[in-house]
Amino acid sequence: MTAPVMAPDSAPAEASVAPAGADAFRGRNRPPWFVLIPSTAAALVAVAPIWYLVDRAIERGWGEVADELWRDSTRDLIVRSVGLAVAVTASSVAVGVTAAWLVVRSDLAARRVLGVVFALPLAIPSYLAAFAWVSWRPGLAGFGGATLVLTSVSYPFVYLPAAAALRQLDPAQEEVARSLGRRRLDVATRLTLRQIRPAISAGALLVALYVLSDFGAVAAMRYEVFTWVIYGAYRAGFNPSRAAILASVLVVVAMVLVVLEAKARGRAAQSRLGGGAARTGTSVSLGRGSVLAWTFVIAVIGVAIVFPVVRVLQWVATFESTDVVWSDVGRALTSTVSLAVVAGLTTVLIALPVGILAARHRSRTSAAIEGATYVTHALPGIVVAISLVFIGVRLLRPIYQETPLLLLGYVVLFLPLAVGSVRSSIEQSSVRVEEVARSLGCRPMSVVWRVTVPLAAPGLAASGALVMLSTMKELPVTLILRPTETNTLATELWRFTSVSDYANAGPYALALVVFAAIPTALLSMAGSTRTQESSRG
Amino acid sequence: MADPTGMQPGGMQPGDSAGATSPALEIRGVTKSFGHHLVLAGVDLVVPARSVTAVLGPSGGGKTTLLRIVAGFDHPDSGTVTIDGEIVAHGAGGRAPEERRVGVVPQEGALFPHLSVAGNVGFGLRRHDRRAREARVAEVLELVGLSGTERKRPHELSGGMQHRVALARALAPHPAIVMLDEPFSSLDAGLRAHVRAEVLDALRASGATAVIVTHDQLEALSIADQVAVLLDGRIAQVATPSEVYRFPTTLAVGTFVGEAVVLRGELLRASASGAEMVIRARCALGDLPISPVGTSSAQHEHHEHLAPGTVLDVLVRPEQLILSSHRDGAERAEPAEGAEGVVIGRQYYGHDAVVSVRLRSGAVVTARLQTTLLPDTGDTVRVRAAGSVAAFPSREG
Repeated sequence: MTAPVMAPDSAPAEASVAPAGADAFRGRNRPPWFVLIPSTAAALVAVAPIWYLVDRAIERGWGEVADELWRDSTRDLIVRSVGLAVAVTASSVAVGVTAAWLVVRSDLAARRVLGVVFALPLAIPSYLAAFAWVSWRPGLAGFGGATLVLTSVSYPFVYLPAAAALRQLDPAQEEVARSLGRRRLDVATRLTLRQIRPAISAGALLVALYVLSDFGAVAAMRYEVFTWVIYGAYRAGFNPSRAAILASVLVVVAMVLVVLEAKARGRAAQSRLGGGAARTGTSVSLGRGSVLAWTFVIAVIGVAIVFPVVRVLQWVATFESTDVVWSDVGRALTSTVSLAVVAGLTTVLIALPVGILAARHRSRTSAAIEGATYVTHALPGIVVAISLVFIGVRLLRPIYQETPLLLLGYVVLFLPLAVGSVRSSIEQSSVRVEEVARSLGCRPMSVVWRVTVPLAAPGLAASGALVMLSTMKELPVTLILRPTETNTLATELWRFTSVSDYANAGPYALALVVFAAIPTALLSMAGSTRTQESSRG
Repeated sequence: MADPTGMQPGGMQPGDSAGATSPALEIRGVTKSFGHHLVLAGVDLVVPARSVTAVLGPSGGGKTTLLRIVAGFDHPDSGTVTIDGEIVAHGAGGRAPEERRVGVVPQEGALFPHLSVAGNVGFGLRRHDRRAREARVAEVLELVGLSGTERKRPHELSGGMQHRVALARALAPHPAIVMLDEPFSSLDAGLRAHVRAEVLDALRASGATAVIVTHDQLEALSIADQVAVLLDGRIAQVATPSEVYRFPTTLAVGTFVGEAVVLRGELLRASASGAEMVIRARCALGDLPISPVGTSSAQHEHHEHLAPGTVLDVLVRPEQLILSSHRDGAERAEPAEGAEGVVIGRQYYGHDAVVSVRLRSGAVVTARLQTTLLPDTGDTVRVRAAGSVAAFPSREG
């Protein structure tokens, strides 16, 4: 649940192209101190958890690490985790590519609406979906249920880039292939599929990363994969280094996925020709296949969206309303929102200098600093949480189990999300404008406040909102780092559902859907229309 | 001109009363390369105060880089930039852009989209004195002919208006120099001449020193007091527009600043014509005088050191060529002048026309003619050149 909510444009952008005018900065382009110092600090904050995690993992020596890794239970754990990741990724690719093809290339009715609807499950917290299913059929718990739920929330990671790649294809190529005597199916597999393959692999790797990072769904489904076992080891208390060692293994696997994903995305960008197709391809007539297509559409939307929402409404219906409970819900909502607002503002403020550095002052140093803030992109929430516990216990005793440490957790977790979009919103405006400001006598720091920030304001606001909403839905970091008296919607929902008290969980689930999931969906929709418009212009 | 608010003491110091031209901008030995690509190979340029100087060069020839170095956005690898007597760039060291008093009007205008016209124009003015700021904003907006647009947003203005706002913004803080980067290239042809005239009027009225970077020859020749031709990373010639056009210092300058017919020729022995010595070049169009003694052109002196018989490239402007019909009885009287040829093509432009003629020698020349009495394709005509021509020792010769 901690993977970025909107994948395609907010993901880290090492592979992105240089902005126009970057060549002008090849000369001396030293970033000013008020950019360099805070970004270095941000990079250190981002990297610190990993440092402490590894430190904790090896504190009893490498022998201990080896013993831990060679245990049968560890081997089973790895097999289960990888198995789940493979299963979810495979089914997500099947669902995502089919959905993308139906939306972009078929003559299915209401394609435009479906195009948006198919992306919505991204906004639903995985634990909410998981609880919706186990509360209905407890027998679903385990591998099957986890695969179902994780597929239903993560297939949009494949659907979105696949649909984008299909839209970019030049229909003339397919027409030429047909005119050269190839049959339609042959063209679809040999030409079309092959061309969008890089986009699909990038999406598939994001799904795998999401599955390995997810805590809520596997916890609800009681399926023992890395995140859930790490949480157990942490809760058991007596063996923190086992938690640290397993977390380190998870980090290594996640890092590999992040690197592969960046490479796949680079290939996807390369294979794209020109600024998009001159015209959209002729849509393929489904004919009798449309019955099959609609069965697919209804099944996907029913499983991924309708079912969880209906379940939540059922919980609310069975719930016995009392004033006391409503005031609890109100308190949880208040603390959720206030935490989220502060986390959003803080994260964007910390991401701002890094974004400026990355967008305006290209160099090896700035690439290293930006890269460091992306490292946590590979860190599952549960790993961030327990590393901050180690840091809190050792270094930051005064704020351990206090709000500031929780906020630090959110910052570490969501910094990559913010840096990516802050950077791209700064790149949207031309360097020329800032240069003109300087030639008019404006000092570099006031250029930032008078020109750079106002121009990037819409993007900054959007990324702040994204961080806010992600914070509201966040579970493991909140669960582990929150002050004991602080209850949020997510933790209350967790508390009630884990004892199967769904009636009492109802109001919290509803509040979460209304205040977090729906705004996230709206925001990502606004974001995607904006991207489409700007790419058109 | 009057410096109405006098906000910048020392801005226009000595030149005013004394008439001694202390240059507003002096560039010495500036070099710049990007990677292995040498863009500026030692640029020297002096811009007198209150003049309009055009830096003319081909696209991608380093003009914008030079502008950015003067403005302080880029740093030269070596060389110095001096503004109003103060060295502002010295290799990689020097003053920050905000300390240089160089107003910049970028190619695309680069107005601040989040600010109104008044906000844009007032951006570089000191913020504490609101009344003085508003007065100055109104003043420069009037100068560029945009009074009353204070509250408009940049996107509500036409391209030409945006340019004038950008100019007003650059002029507002009384800069030592204003630099305009291809200011009119984004405007369509019909609008360009109009906006150009307006911008020039505003520049002259403000009394500012201006440097206009352009790749458009007509633009450079028509608006500037002096034209600096930037070729191969160096300033090949700095002179008045007519001098650059009529007496280019190199063949490259000559062919770059305007259309040219280049003929192979040879240097003749100097001969006396009245009190003056005349040096002629013999080419397919006959014996043509090389730029007369008395012009400031250095090339003439140079020719005096060349041996007669030296192979030359002779540069003739199309409008120097006069065509006369072969059948004209009057022309037959002076057969020695010019050369015979056959018209092989013509392009009609309305106000004038360009006619291509293949001479007996095989050389093809183009003449720019009035559109009355145009010869037809296939006609035999006599071609002669009026006035003196530029000539350069041929590299291939």
